Amino acid sequence: MSANPPQFHDRATTGRMMWAIALSLLPAAGWGVYRYGTPALFIIMVAVGAAVISEGVIGLIRRRPTLRDGSAVLVGLLIGMAMPPWVGLHVPATAAIFAMLVVKWSFGGLGGNWMNAAAGGLVFAFYSWNRQMIGPGVDGESSATVLATVRGALETASGPVGGPVGLLRAVGYPVSSVDASVTDWLNARVLTVVGANLPGGYVDLFLGYVDGAIGEGAVALLLIGTIALVATRVIRWEIPAAYFASYAIVTRVFGGLVFGDGYMAGDVLFHTLSGGVVFAMFYLAPDLSSAPTNRTGMLVYGAGAGALTFLFRFYGAYPGSGAFAVLVMNTVVPLLNRGLRPRRFGTRRRRDPGGRVRAIAGAGRKP
Amino acid sequence: MMRTATFPVGGLYPVHHKHAAHRRAIRNAILPAVSIVPLRQSHGPDAELCVAPGDRVGEGTRIGRAVGDLCAHVHSPIPGLVREIRPVTLPDGVISTAAVIDLAGSFDRLGKVLARHEWKTLRPGTLLRLIEDAGVVGMSGVSQPTHAAIDATAAASCRWLIVNGAESEPYVCADHRLMVEHPAEIFEGLQIVERLLAPDRVAVGIGADKRDAMRRMRAHDNDGRRRDYVRLSVKYPQGDERQLIRAVTGLEVPSDGHAIDVGCVTISAATLYAIWEAVVTRKPLYERVVTVAGRGVARPGNIKVRIGTPIGGLLAECGGVTDPVARIVIGGPLRGYATTDLTTPVLKYTTAVLVLTAAEVNAAPIVGCIRCGRCAEACPMGLDPAQLYKLVAHGRSGDAVDYGLFDCTECGGCGYVCPSRIPLVDGLRNGKANR
Ligand code: SF4
Ligand code: SF4
Repeated sequence: MSANPPQFHDRATTGRMMWAIALSLLPAAGWGVYRYGTPALFIIMVAVGAAVISEGVIGLIRRRPTLRDGSAVLVGLLIGMAMPPWVGLHVPATAAIFAMLVVKWSFGGLGGNWMNAAAGGLVFAFYSWNRQMIGPGVDGESSATVLATVRGALETASGPVGGPVGLLRAVGYPVSSVDASVTDWLNARVLTVVGANLPGGYVDLFLGYVDGAIGEGAVALLLIGTIALVATRVIRWEIPAAYFASYAIVTRVFGGLVFGDGYMAGDVLFHTLSGGVVFAMFYLAPDLSSAPTNRTGMLVYGAGAGALTFLFRFYGAYPGSGAFAVLVMNTVVPLLNRGLRPRRFGTRRRRDPGGRVRAIAGAGRKP
Repeated sequence: MMRTATFPVGGLYPVHHKHAAHRRAIRNAILPAVSIVPLRQSHGPDAELCVAPGDRVGEGTRIGRAVGDLCAHVHSPIPGLVREIRPVTLPDGVISTAAVIDLAGSFDRLGKVLARHEWKTLRPGTLLRLIEDAGVVGMSGVSQPTHAAIDATAAASCRWLIVNGAESEPYVCADHRLMVEHPAEIFEGLQIVERLLAPDRVAVGIGADKRDAMRRMRAHDNDGRRRDYVRLSVKYPQGDERQLIRAVTGLEVPSDGHAIDVGCVTISAATLYAIWEAVVTRKPLYERVVTVAGRGVARPGNIKVRIGTPIGGLLAECGGVTDPVARIVIGGPLRGYATTDLTTPVLKYTTAVLVLTAAEVNAAPIVGCIRCGRCAEACPMGLDPAQLYKLVAHGRSGDAVDYGLFDCTECGGCGYVCPSRIPLVDGLRNGKANR
């Protein structure tokens, strides 16, 4: 142990932070298991197991075990939760192994990977098992993701449609009784004050009463988890905030005003609450290792990921657009880290008439 | 006039741990039976020894004569006999010659009310000589002989004189108590320095957590001169010279320059008190207030203690060590050094002796950097410590210098926040040494 300073430390350790993130995901994962039953549990367990085994094997080879830092469990959990409940178990297994071996360890492990491991594994799965990941019901069957249902409904719809939620109603997508009562209450007690009216369906999206990936549905629980992480300073608020702001603006402007009705219809609420956007916003983008290290960089990175998520979603309509956007933004992180770091202290200067660097321009308050 | 200020880039809010000591009055330590007085009492060379074993010394007898501007006179803190001269290792690892003095004989000053000398009629040169004779040095942080610092800056034009009452290191509250209990003396010390430097403006910066100190200091400001009282954020390292100047004046000390390049001089409350003692009571600097704190010590508090007192004696006086101890720290927890040697003496710039338990240290195994960016966020100098550390580790200290290695003030903030416990400050120091 060194006698050199500092002599004490913040409570946070790498391991504690990873475990804290994993812990904050558990309520949302639990909701998914409750809603979809044992298949969902198996998928999550297989993803976590595959990630842990991969990490363990690498630890054995490197003779330096790294399982205790919790990052393998976290990556596995993220991948498992982003899977729809109907995929075969080989999908989460392969995605997790890919994430650990290729994305994480081929770059030297935790902190060496410039690419978000979980997002990498997920995108790999979306490419390899595209139909499975979207679900059997692209044509509007009940087990499809809610997003695929909207897209399917749009293709069969005739005449004017009322945005994504209207489309869901048009094809008879169910509204839960919870949604009905909460929406009624909100409309009667809260929203009348501002003269607004919330149509049915959004509360379902917020609470997770729609079909989709196992752990992405319970937006409310993910939100609580993230608030806890931000409050305990495990993750920074800048990335999710910038992500949301940019995604909302772009969805409103391009998905609404520019391209009008139909799939997007400028419905920020629907498109934030559905299809795993929140999952990417809260849990993939703010990844400690692959996100930028300075504040301005974080804001730019979040904003970029938000805009790209819209783009991939508008043209792709598949879930996973968030993960893809995060991966693309990962490639510019080194640039953001270098270009947007704060100015070093004491480097703002002015030259006096003799050309000698003297004082600081503009900074001093006049006596 | 009062305003609140801080520095813009970086900084952190470490757990402050000050509640244990900062409300209790300063206690006087029992005199040490043996005093170990190193001749290096500032960040400069050893003073020249002017006693020999067997010599009888009085309280305040000069035992080391300053050589050059980086060195200050050293005085005997107790009356007694010089037992031996031997090398000791100071907390930062530097080896210094020390005089070991056994307590004997009678006291000239202890327990007596010292006569107050009028200073307003004295010439600046005389004032400066009094400060020099008393061996006053900067008493918190980087320690420089005060007379030399004042002398060097008196020639340049001093736009700002800033009193440093930030004391942003966790645990440490010695200056806080001094400001609360001796505001009149500190204020008079300030007047002496104002006389020497003739600054355009004077500011007193006090940490926002020391409202009582602020109140007391302002209450004694009664000579009609305009002074800015600045409430400083509790952010660390607000007490560092560059961050203090930035907060109070908005000026940035250039990366390759010194405070005086932007016309600023800073001086801590404890140093002002020592100047007051030197000039008004003609007492050499041979005792100071030290914060003794940490969960491992039974009765934490601020103790007025003779320089050269072994820390073991100081701790015994505070009820001894209770819990299983993880570290004994000399100085603040972010800049200080750990030691296991209880004979390590208190120096003129020893602000604190901390006994930390494992729950306070939060040690953890060193693991790989996860590139979380916390260190860069904390760095008050706008550096990327992780990157500098990697460059140094790969033998590319030259590149690290281009990225600001020498801007690093070794504040320890990066090391405090790093979740992977990477020894960033060690690494950066190595880089500076082996550039
Ligand atoms: S705080 Fe530690 S782990 Fe994080 S980037 Fe800095 S050195 Fe790496
Ligand atoms: S020790 Fe140096 S690099 Fe680390 S935070 Fe302080 S100034 Fe920055």
